[in-house]
Amino acid sequence: MTTDLPLIGDYSTPQTPLNGARIGVVTFPGTLDDVDALRAVRLTGAEAVSLWHADDDAAATLAGLDAVVIPGGFSYGDYLRAGAISRFAPMMTAVAEAAGGPEGSADGLPVLGICNGFQILTESHLLPGSMIKNDHLHFLCRDQQLRVENTDTAWTRDFEPGQTITVPLKNQDGQYVADEATLDRLEGEGRVVFRYVGWNPNGSRRDIAGIANPAGNVVGLMPHPEHAIEVGFGPDTEHGVRTGTDGLSFFTSVLTTLASRGGAA
Amino acid sequence: MSQQFSIETVEQAAAHPDLEQPWAELGLKEDEYARIREILGRRPTAAELAMYSVMWSEHCSYKSSKVHLRQFGEKLTEEMTRHMMVGIGENAGVTDLGDGWAVTFKVESHNHPSFVEPYQGAATGIGGIVRDIISMGARPVAVMDPLRFGAIDHPDTARVVHGVVAGIGGYGNSLGLPNIGGEVAFDASYQGNPLVNALAVGVLKHEDLRLANASGVGNKVVLFGARTGGDGIGGASVLASESFDDGGKPAKRPSVQVGDPFAEKVLIECCLELFRDSLVEGIQDLGAAGISCATSELASNGEGGMRVELTHVLLRDPTLTPGEILMSESQERMMAVVTPENVAAFEAVMAKWDVEHSWLGEVTGDGRLVITWDGETIVDVDPRTVAHDGPVYERPYHRPSFQDALQADTFRSSAAGQDLPATGEELRAAVVELMSSPNLADVSWITRQYDRYVRGNTALSAPDDAGVVRVDEETGMGVAVATDCNDRYAYLDPYAGAQLSLAEAYRNVTTVGAVPLAVTDCLNFGSPEDPEVMWQFAEAVRGLADACQELGVPVTGGNVSLYNQTGGVAIHPTPTVGVLGRFDDVLRRTPSGFGRDADGQAVYLLGETRDELDGSEYANLRGHLGGVPPRVDLARERLLGELLVNMSRDGMVDAAHDVSKGGLAATLADMVLRFGVGARIVLDEIVRRDGVDAFTALFSETQGRTVVSVPRTEEVRFTDMTTARGYTVTRLGVVDAESGALEVQGHFTLPIAELREAWEATLPRHFG
Repeated sequence: MTTDLPLIGDYSTPQTPLNGARIGVVTFPGTLDDVDALRAVRLTGAEAVSLWHADDDAAATLAGLDAVVIPGGFSYGDYLRAGAISRFAPMMTAVAEAAGGPEGSADGLPVLGICNGFQILTESHLLPGSMIKNDHLHFLCRDQQLRVENTDTAWTRDFEPGQTITVPLKNQDGQYVADEATLDRLEGEGRVVFRYVGWNPNGSRRDIAGIANPAGNVVGLMPHPEHAIEVGFGPDTEHGVRTGTDGLSFFTSVLTTLASRGGAA
Repeated sequence: MSQQFSIETVEQAAAHPDLEQPWAELGLKEDEYARIREILGRRPTAAELAMYSVMWSEHCSYKSSKVHLRQFGEKLTEEMTRHMMVGIGENAGVTDLGDGWAVTFKVESHNHPSFVEPYQGAATGIGGIVRDIISMGARPVAVMDPLRFGAIDHPDTARVVHGVVAGIGGYGNSLGLPNIGGEVAFDASYQGNPLVNALAVGVLKHEDLRLANASGVGNKVVLFGARTGGDGIGGASVLASESFDDGGKPAKRPSVQVGDPFAEKVLIECCLELFRDSLVEGIQDLGAAGISCATSELASNGEGGMRVELTHVLLRDPTLTPGEILMSESQERMMAVVTPENVAAFEAVMAKWDVEHSWLGEVTGDGRLVITWDGETIVDVDPRTVAHDGPVYERPYHRPSFQDALQADTFRSSAAGQDLPATGEELRAAVVELMSSPNLADVSWITRQYDRYVRGNTALSAPDDAGVVRVDEETGMGVAVATDCNDRYAYLDPYAGAQLSLAEAYRNVTTVGAVPLAVTDCLNFGSPEDPEVMWQFAEAVRGLADACQELGVPVTGGNVSLYNQTGGVAIHPTPTVGVLGRFDDVLRRTPSGFGRDADGQAVYLLGETRDELDGSEYANLRGHLGGVPPRVDLARERLLGELLVNMSRDGMVDAAHDVSKGGLAATLADMVLRFGVGARIVLDEIVRRDGVDAFTALFSETQGRTVVSVPRTEEVRFTDMTTARGYTVTRLGVVDAESGALEVQGHFTLPIAELREAWEATLPRHFG
């Protein structure tokens, strides 16, 4: 199915079969791209709900939500190791539980980790592997091409298999690493969801930009789809300055997933 | 830990008037020390001496520049103050954007620390300017960095470049602020004294405006954020207000602060929550001169006094003396005034964000700033004498002895100006050489280390003419900001040079389509004690103030950085100017290059071309600096700006890029490089009408010019408008998406791929 998108700048609620879907975005101290993730959710017609990492009643909060985004930034300043402190937040304990643990579950909470969010998901052992410093040792901000390798996850259903998309990449610790056995297993199970195309910007093993858990309800990636959702503010394309909106399909995909499960909670 | 020092009370100071005090080591002059004794009616305590020494430093007191800076206020007209909500004197100026929105912006220097320790110097430069923005009640939304380094091939330049760029990125990226532009220039004059200026922009609703004052007797004074440590003690008085000696080292102990961007990000969110819930009456960031500055500023701007117990300050280093605590420039700290009723709510916000705070004292009604240490009075002063009544100098100045000879040495008359490129092959080679020269080469090696996307409102950033951010997501209303300076023009003629810096920033803002509203400046000069440098400063300020009046835009805030010199040699006078403009809808912004969809559009040049090569990038390429800068015509600049804004609003132009450093050649090269879309250009009309040769048409830096691409359907409206307003336009040619080249007909064809290779290679070759 497809989801009608609102016109850019039109903030009236679009009429879609998914009105009422509620998607949370977690803020930790040092989170930066939470406002962007909230905007992306809003632009696809769902209700965007701001979540606090230290929520005393995180499990109950999550019970009223249909999906969760762990956004980018430098939570706790990346001190110790990116994501290493945030994983202990009460909200992350509740997210891990709702997502179905390391294996996930087909009807578990859909979770998308972007950049620092991806790092938090690996630190939480919801996704395997880890991110280390870029091989060139610099922070790098660029419009990055990715190939969508798996359209059978909660967050990629609205892409075409093998589709090449452009979304901004911006990080210092973006080099995906894992042992060979883990990489082989990821490849074998089709859990490599995104691969860098054209140029590997950070030395990631096997050009991996994003992966999923076994059930496909938890996806993490280093590039930022929430920064390619609105004409005028996304990456450059050949049709003009900042016209790229390839990131929108992440956020419509989860609505499609929820619809296929029988509608929003 | 037991106290390792003895405390000197006010009583003891009065009882022992003849004790020798280290006023000279703290950077005070003899007459300044005498003046402090006169104000107090006794000698100062050690703590008072520390406070006066930092607050009366050049950096904090503007003692050499004040008499000149007054012109920015004196030359204000009614037109200029229409949108101004807060002008010079507060932490940053505030400009009305309409619909209840306002914007605050300011540029500041962090030059000396960035030479001593480039990473931390640049990082804390961002930190400091961002705290100025928060202090106004605003949310910071963007940063920019005008940078000037020594010669690109000097062995020390890479050290400074790597540190500064990583520091700006490391701090700014972690704060979640998009870096939307700036400037990068290389010149031997900055070898021992690089310029690291930082600009920040913040937005607020009118009702959120906060000022730095302590009012309401009985209100509590609180210090929150990071703990106070021994870093940066004397940073303002020692480092920022002294020249470096010939060894390139500061004459005294280095005093660079160390930044913690995570602490600052938390502080931003914490402060915004305090503002949202109206929990603070007054607020002040701690930057230069730390607690000395915050207490004396807050107290003197309020109606009463303030009483503070210094042992309540949370310390990183328990051995700090009271004087050191007062002078420490530890980062990520704020001071606020809170009513007793709001104390509990204030503490709840601190707890939510895990921010440490300590209650230091309260606002009093006696007009005195009293600081105690375990109850013993160690400071008892009138806060105005510390914060506002510092010395004011009428420094002597005179036109430099070299100025006449410098201006007589024109490019055309020099050896460098002979045998200039004339054939197609020579012109083509000159364009490639120019575009790969340090000041015009691709700077993406730098800008790709900065996040330009975060917050999702960036509509334009480097390499476009101005950075553009959306303010109101519902209407698309937003702002454009550009910073510019041409230090070589300013060296040749500081009055004209400052005006040309403003004209370029103004032109950049209008070229993207925004209406200019406000100006901020960072005036970087050598030692004010050198009468020739002081003349450069006085001329630049006069020029800038006059130009602001003519363009109808006020300076709302800024910063002066003096003593930028090594040994006896000053940097080029560098009046960096930032201009802020407003868009009704940022989606109307015009990018700086030809898009693929612009194939077949007409390319026009607005403005005429004269033979103006003195101080140009081409002359720089030939190692020449002399003559007089291009003619300033601010009335024409203003008209050009109005035309560009109207064209953007009416959809008459799809690309626009101003002509500045490097002339028309650099503008056209930038425009084809932006999206890799070529153009066919004819120079004949410029050559015939303006009486210049092809070389001059390409490389002259005549002002008041912009190149635009115009859809065929808009050509009639475009030419009607420019003709009606009396602005000269030249149809230069057409956008050619298929050619993959910049073709200057009758002269040369330059494939974009070849141009790009040369343009992109320069910075990575030196720093990659």
